[in-house]
Amino acid sequence: MIDLAYWLPVVWAVILIAAISIYVVLDGFDLGIGMLFAVEHDSGRRDVMMNTIAPVWDGNETWMVLGGAVMYGVFPGAYATLLPAFYLPIVLMLLALIFRGVAFEFRVMTKGAKQERLWTMGFMVGSGIGAFCQGAILGGVIQGVKVTEGAFAGGPLDWLTPFSILCGFAVMCGYALLGATWLVWRTTGQLEDSCRHWARRLAFGLIVCIVAVSIWTPLLHAPYLRRWTEWPNLLFVAPVPVLVAVLGGFLVAGLRKGHSKGPFLCALGWFFLCLSGFGISIWPYAVPPALTLWDVSSPPSSQMFQLVGTAILLPIILTYTIYSYRVFRGKVTEADGYH
Amino acid sequence: MHPPHDLALLLARFQFAFTVGVHIIFPAFSIGLAAYLAVLEGLWLKTERSVFLDLYRYWIKIFSIVFGMGVVSGLVMSYEFGTNWSIFSQKAGPITGVLLSYEVMTAFFLEAGFLGVMLFGMNKVGRGLHFAATCCVSVGTLISMTWILSSNSWMQTPQGYSIDPATGRFMPEDWLAIIFNPSFPFRLIHMGLAAFLSVAFIVGATAAWHMLKARREGRNTSEAVRVMFSMAMWMAAIVAPVQIMAGDAHGLNTLKYQPAKIAAMEGDWETESHAPEMLFGIPNMQTERTDYALKVPLLGSLILTHSLDGKVPGLKDFPKDQRPPSPVIFFSFRIMVGLGMLMALVGFWSLWLRHKKTLFSNTAFHWVALCMAPAGFLALLCGWVTTEVGRQPWTVYGLLRTSESVSPVALSSIAVTMTAFVVVYVLVFGSGIGILVRLLGHAPDQNEHDASPDHASDIMATRMHPGLIDASSDNKGH
Ligand code: HDD
Ligand code: HEM
Ligand code: HEM
Repeated sequence: MIDLAYWLPVVWAVILIAAISIYVVLDGFDLGIGMLFAVEHDSGRRDVMMNTIAPVWDGNETWMVLGGAVMYGVFPGAYATLLPAFYLPIVLMLLALIFRGVAFEFRVMTKGAKQERLWTMGFMVGSGIGAFCQGAILGGVIQGVKVTEGAFAGGPLDWLTPFSILCGFAVMCGYALLGATWLVWRTTGQLEDSCRHWARRLAFGLIVCIVAVSIWTPLLHAPYLRRWTEWPNLLFVAPVPVLVAVLGGFLVAGLRKGHSKGPFLCALGWFFLCLSGFGISIWPYAVPPALTLWDVSSPPSSQMFQLVGTAILLPIILTYTIYSYRVFRGKVTEADGYH
Repeated sequence: MHPPHDLALLLARFQFAFTVGVHIIFPAFSIGLAAYLAVLEGLWLKTERSVFLDLYRYWIKIFSIVFGMGVVSGLVMSYEFGTNWSIFSQKAGPITGVLLSYEVMTAFFLEAGFLGVMLFGMNKVGRGLHFAATCCVSVGTLISMTWILSSNSWMQTPQGYSIDPATGRFMPEDWLAIIFNPSFPFRLIHMGLAAFLSVAFIVGATAAWHMLKARREGRNTSEAVRVMFSMAMWMAAIVAPVQIMAGDAHGLNTLKYQPAKIAAMEGDWETESHAPEMLFGIPNMQTERTDYALKVPLLGSLILTHSLDGKVPGLKDFPKDQRPPSPVIFFSFRIMVGLGMLMALVGFWSLWLRHKKTLFSNTAFHWVALCMAPAGFLALLCGWVTTEVGRQPWTVYGLLRTSESVSPVALSSIAVTMTAFVVVYVLVFGSGIGILVRLLGHAPDQNEHDASPDHASDIMATRMHPGLIDASSDNKGH
């Protein structure tokens, strides 16, 4: 007889990490494109940048809604401690994402009017702040949350430390890299060239961040250090840094040689490695260093009911999501005559 | 655990009510408009009359903006349960969280997945596929409404659970009983009709405005505007009376399961048979009476029980700490009902004018239709205030108090975010509504009137989002 109370949370942890990973890479390049507005000032090219993601951004953001909902339904204990603990950065992120989200429509509808600048700025700054907050929250989870009797018991600014700030910048840098490599793939001409240029710099910035976070993380809590250095584990975790280096080599080479898809796929690979590093570090905690997955999970009857639906629906969702990406495949250029 | 600060609780409630109150406007708009768009596109495919395509093109611009605002304000909601009501989430998450997850997986992805095709894909996929995308988005909005209302209704009339004695958590026992809880079907129908009505009155008012404008400028109104007005007025004439019946049925259901809410809505203090109906009054929670009452004898019993000697509950039957605040919902309820009656009157008037063949020429009627623009949304908000405030002091009716649901978040944090929410919402959603009003001020475009439908659809895609041109041909290819 399988012990459902043990295995269901494990299965769900895998699904949740997968949903978060999909969110991070999909909305990552959306937010990255927003940040790249800072280095691309031409209004026509900015339109092209936005148009590469206009048909898909809503679906990308939905993965974040799914992450929140799954946590609420399956790990309510984590939802109920992490959200109050990160109250301020979460609200800030949500407000930033409001500006980012409405900009898609509002910018087009106010073309030529005074307000267009406001929404362009909102898109850029909203993307940047959203990305920073996500990184800071991730860093805050890694460094741990103060919990007594199963509820958050810390102060409103506990999350704000040099480590979480570093993580915030790391995620900004990483998203911008995803955005730049996405544009290398999906655009042409001057825009593509300048993105190749920026992608190289961002890749360099990100690798510096990755090294810094990787060295810092094991120093935060003794269990993290043990996880990464004890013998049998070492066998499994050693390939992670090696793969990061290999992918980095491919990424830079791909950018130089004019590959179009390759650099984006390498950047994706980096993200999956970083997220699995995150998973390896905090496992089996949902709210480090106090609550494990099993402490925070909902009763098996909830998890089972939701699992059945997820097993049926997730493949369907992935199918039509891929379909809608395929409808809009190919390079996007400036339409002549509309500017 | 220490009791949360009273002011923090008040702010958390106000913040939630403010954000969900703003959110609900946009999904309701999307639900109604997506269905309208699906009908328009279907009619266009069937009849090939370009007027339907013109209207589709006109309203899809509005839809794209409304939908965007619904998404960003909804994102806030999905995290606010945890930020503001963490204890509620912890205890009820095994039920409400699962329902929300199903909403995401069955509805939000469906909408988001096909929205891109619907907005930008007219010249990329075939007509049939495009119509399918529109239908998927419309169905998605309806599925979304179904799940969230099931969740909200479960909070109103909980069943199918047990309570874990160790943790006080709600444990799901019977999912069918949870989803199909007693108030759910009533709430679903009433809310769905509310969304359709709200949009019908926006469409009608837009058409009325363009007819009034054309008349002032001595022009003839275009066919598009007349079709739009006629469709909206059919909706009003049919759906408004149905909504009154649905609301009546909803009230009977509430009387059965939440009698304290009904007593507070009616401003009744003593339980009576042969109860009067209060048309006006000011319920006073301290003195336990309703001042300045204007009563119609027997009508209360008649409306609430459908018999003259039916028993109607009074607030004094319930302990003081279990009474919802009557003054708020006494008025919100009356505003909703009043607006509902007005909508039905407008509907009947339109039938009369149609019969007399003056529907498109009666200026007074056009002015009334214009003024009714916000009526649907206003009634909808008043309805929600009645429902939610009437549930107080509980979050899960009779089981979990609002004061025991709130997060351990510092007062200072909530005060800061409350201010930020108000500033950002006023700026963003205020601007959004401004943009909508400006767009609606332009009459439906007739420039493409004589162009072939396919040509027109190309123009539509590029006009809406300049620059979105597929250039796969010059793809360097790797
Ligand atoms: C266009 C919108 C609209 C209109 C015209 C009406 N309503 Fe309504 N009403 C709603 C929109 C709404 C709503 C927003 O959809 C609510 C809030 C929650 C719900 O289920 O429906 C609601 C709630 C609501 C409730 C509270 C149920 C509860 O919480 O237990 C009652 C008793 C009624 N309605 C009754 C009526 C009656 C008798 C109407 C006749 C004129 C009426 N409503 C018109
Ligand atoms: C159907 C989805 C909805 C759900 C699941 C939901 C749930 C909740 C929850 C959890 C609370 C906080 C606890 C409480 O004070 O009772 C609340 C409060 C409230 N909600 Fe809703 N709500 C929904 C829709 C709405 C809508 C559309 C409105 C529109 C106005 C609304 C108005 C309010 C108000 C006014 C309060 C505060 C009540 C008070 O403080 O007296 N709700 N709701
Ligand atoms: C009766 C109340 C509600 C109804 C009928 C409703 C319905 C909808 C609909 C139809 C959408 C998609 C269309 C659009 O974005 O305009 C939507 C978006 C959303 N709603 Fe609500 N909603 C309600 C209340 C709530 C509440 C209380 C929450 C909080 C849990 C919520 C969470 C969301 C989210 C997260 C989105 C954006 C999802 C996306 O499209 O990516 N909604 N809602």
